[in-house]
Amino acid sequence: MSPLLEVQNLSIGFGAEPPVVSSVNFTVNAGGTLAIVGESGSGKTLTCRSILRILPAAAQMRSGMINFGVNASKQELLALSANDIRDVRGSKISMIFQEPMRSLSPLHRIGNQVSEVLTLHRNMSLVEAKKDVLAMFERVGFADVDRAYRSYPFEMSGGMRQRAMIAMAMVAKPDLLIADEPTTALDVTTQAQVLGLMKDLQFDTGMALILVTHDLGVVANMADNVVVMNKGRIMESGPAAIVLGSPAHGYTKRLFAAAPMIPEIAQPADPILQDDPILKLSNVSKTYVLRAGGWRKTIKVHACKDVTLSVQRGKTLAVVGESGSGKTTCARIALGAEQPDAGSKIIFQEDKSGVPVSVNEMSRAEKIAFQRQAQMVFQDPYSSLSPRMRVEQALMEPMEIHEIGTKASRWDKAAEMLHWVGLKPDMLKRYPHAFSGGQRQRLSIARALTLDPVLLVCDEPTSALDVSVQEQILNLLEDIRDGMGLSYLFISHDLAVVARIADEVAVMRQGVVVEQAPPETLFYNPRHPYTKALIAAQPEPDVNRPIDLDKVAIGAGSSASWPEKYRYEGANAPDLIQIEPGHKVRCNV
Amino acid sequence: MSILPDGRFVDDAPYDPNVDLSAVDRSDMDASNWLLVWRKFRRHRLGLVSGIFLLVAYLAIPFAGFFSPYTPNERSAEYLYHPPQAINLWHENEFIGPFVYPTQAKADLENFRWNYTVDETLPMPLHFFCTGAEYNLFGFVPTKMHLFCAPEGATVFILGSDRLGRDIFSRISYGAQLSLTVGLIGITVSFLLGITLGSVAGYFGGSTDWLVNRAIEILRSLPELPLWLALSAAVPSNWGPVSVFFIISIILGILDWPGLARAVRSKFLSLREEEYVRAAEMMGAKPSRVIRRHLLPNFMSHLIASATLSIPAMILGETALSFLGLGLRAPAVSWGVMLNDAQNLASIEIYPWTAIPMLPIIIVVLAFNFLGDGLRDSLDPYKV
Repeated sequence: MSPLLEVQNLSIGFGAEPPVVSSVNFTVNAGGTLAIVGESGSGKTLTCRSILRILPAAAQMRSGMINFGVNASKQELLALSANDIRDVRGSKISMIFQEPMRSLSPLHRIGNQVSEVLTLHRNMSLVEAKKDVLAMFERVGFADVDRAYRSYPFEMSGGMRQRAMIAMAMVAKPDLLIADEPTTALDVTTQAQVLGLMKDLQFDTGMALILVTHDLGVVANMADNVVVMNKGRIMESGPAAIVLGSPAHGYTKRLFAAAPMIPEIAQPADPILQDDPILKLSNVSKTYVLRAGGWRKTIKVHACKDVTLSVQRGKTLAVVGESGSGKTTCARIALGAEQPDAGSKIIFQEDKSGVPVSVNEMSRAEKIAFQRQAQMVFQDPYSSLSPRMRVEQALMEPMEIHEIGTKASRWDKAAEMLHWVGLKPDMLKRYPHAFSGGQRQRLSIARALTLDPVLLVCDEPTSALDVSVQEQILNLLEDIRDGMGLSYLFISHDLAVVARIADEVAVMRQGVVVEQAPPETLFYNPRHPYTKALIAAQPEPDVNRPIDLDKVAIGAGSSASWPEKYRYEGANAPDLIQIEPGHKVRCNV
Repeated sequence: MSILPDGRFVDDAPYDPNVDLSAVDRSDMDASNWLLVWRKFRRHRLGLVSGIFLLVAYLAIPFAGFFSPYTPNERSAEYLYHPPQAINLWHENEFIGPFVYPTQAKADLENFRWNYTVDETLPMPLHFFCTGAEYNLFGFVPTKMHLFCAPEGATVFILGSDRLGRDIFSRISYGAQLSLTVGLIGITVSFLLGITLGSVAGYFGGSTDWLVNRAIEILRSLPELPLWLALSAAVPSNWGPVSVFFIISIILGILDWPGLARAVRSKFLSLREEEYVRAAEMMGAKPSRVIRRHLLPNFMSHLIASATLSIPAMILGETALSFLGLGLRAPAVSWGVMLNDAQNLASIEIYPWTAIPMLPIIIVVLAFNFLGDGLRDSLDPYKV
């Protein structure tokens, strides 16, 4: 059988630099799925964009041929005129982009945007097109297709928008769909559902799929063939089962080893002792009041409700939840950056015999002392360091603020902290923008450590990083915790990341903690349907363990669809009940 | 490259899994912001040329008197409305160096205009580093030295002369002193007001923000030209030209700050959300430190670009006011004052060179716009 798409010896470069994509070869069969895997800067996006010829203006095609079509209809895409390639785009080959927030026009109704494909490529009138579009909307899982047709992108959630994007890409029944990280910006349960949808649609229509991703778990769930790219070169390619089953190239092996996984647990862990809390949140609630505009009543939003957590000294408490679950609000309240509602109590105790201080009712002097004890590591390594400051200035700033030591001793401390995070002191004179994401995250960890804190709040410190770097940063955080005797409050959306670093995990959903236990207990015996959904939705880099979509659908759905024991309506969640030592679940008794 | 027996492709180039953790990832970014901006700006051809032109122009301002053959109010009563004269090098195929031909005025009593006849038989070489009318070099060193002057018995009016027989070229170079600096003084005033009010509004928000924004809106709603007129009319007419000049530039600055304040405020609001600002706040930095160390340095370059783009408005404002006779007044010389002489349609028709001061205005305003555009494009060197 001749392949549908054949990419031969493709090289792309910028300016006079060496090529960023060099001699890439792969083929896609009709109806087959090819996954292109790689980390940032591997050239995977450029490669797939070159198929539709939507490269940035400065990029040069250095060499290559892209043949598309079977037998008589075969075309060389790179040789087509601008007019002819336009007929291919959206009609025979369509594409889904990573950012569902930005890839739909905010000024047009979803229905009109999707219909445009048909009016352009199939010469349909809007009325005819609407029929097809509604059928497509039905297929991608919109509950009320007419409403979806009329709505604007900003009325929809990220997952719904990505469904609309998929509908737009598929409504003209293309032969090939290119999906560039289609689920990276989505929550893990939404990701599972969108991946399931794409698989079903592919099965129905028989189109081919190129899936660009950094996640080996997604590959294992979706692909027949896989291409592993690194620095613009193909490291390894072949059938997914073989490549994932026994990676041959060093890079693939490393990628595989670094992929976060939820471990298989043989027996639950012992409950951790709750006798020496460094930070204790009791009944913390935070309500935001939104002005609704005009004379309408203001809207109250509960960012978190009745959260009771405690971080034990020397341990890591992880708070896991999807976007909007209130986990970041909890972290900010714990650091005193935000005032909780009345009735909330946050107690910080520097050492076991120390005087407990209440974080939300501190005097100015107490607050300054507290800021030395508790520091934060941020999510985005690219914006957490000021571009105008040299590394040394950034690292010495906390000490300057708190007026600790002399200039020389501050410098020594900064160098020492760089050593702790695995970097050399000659970096001090450089600027943060010269470094990669992982290096910069190390720098911001070093900055947080310069004040010798006892508590570190990590707000998704690895989610903006590549998989292999993520692994290194997690190792580093563990080493530092044990070496310096720190305690962590670790915020994440990813259960697999948390699995290795946490001593206790609290799963949050819509502002309430639904289940809390040591990770081993949680993975051995998840009770709450939402926790089960989170675990089930985690894509595993193993072709024999596909995502269980039914489990995901139940847990991620509305709380009214849960089993009787866990069900609740609106904000009247049942209490968090201890069902076994160290394992709490929010359920009706 | 190699194909394994099971059909997969494996790259066989050597692969080293150990990465040097301290290696510089982007060596091109390892420099201070100013250097990165400069590297990027250097590639903006038009902006660079404009920048050099403006730099030369401003550096030449103190030497205006030296470069002009006449002083601004020096009259040559025999040569009213003299057309621009050419400076020649060859006379009858013989090289003599820069020279002019003497001219003779004749009144055309039918059309009531001056006609000039050129005596092409008598080349009169220009004098260089010669003594002429006294002026102040740098504004305070009295000297009589000029770069070049007219020979005895002839004139050198490169761009012609005006109604009173004053050299337009000399007046343009003297006029540059006021016309170019009015923008700088105006922008300083507007900068001070704009940054202070904009950053106060942006940082403290709430009612302060409300107040500043309403003030901006009110100021913006006033019709600009009548307001200028009213304010300049309030300047006592017995004040000297220099004080009038200062008042005019300050008025221009006072009316210009709202735009800048808005830019500062919006930049402040977006920068406050950056994680490094949050990080500094969480470390316990006081607001003044956050503003000084984190916010100001990061938007200074934006401010400079927007200031560059608003200088032309100041220059045009001064020109417009003076043109209407409400800005600077004679004996002060500025480009607007000179254009005031060109208000008469009939005289422009007969003596078109009296409108020549428009040219430097156009060139300078364009140069500032190109420069500002180039700066704005290079401001964010961290984006590819």
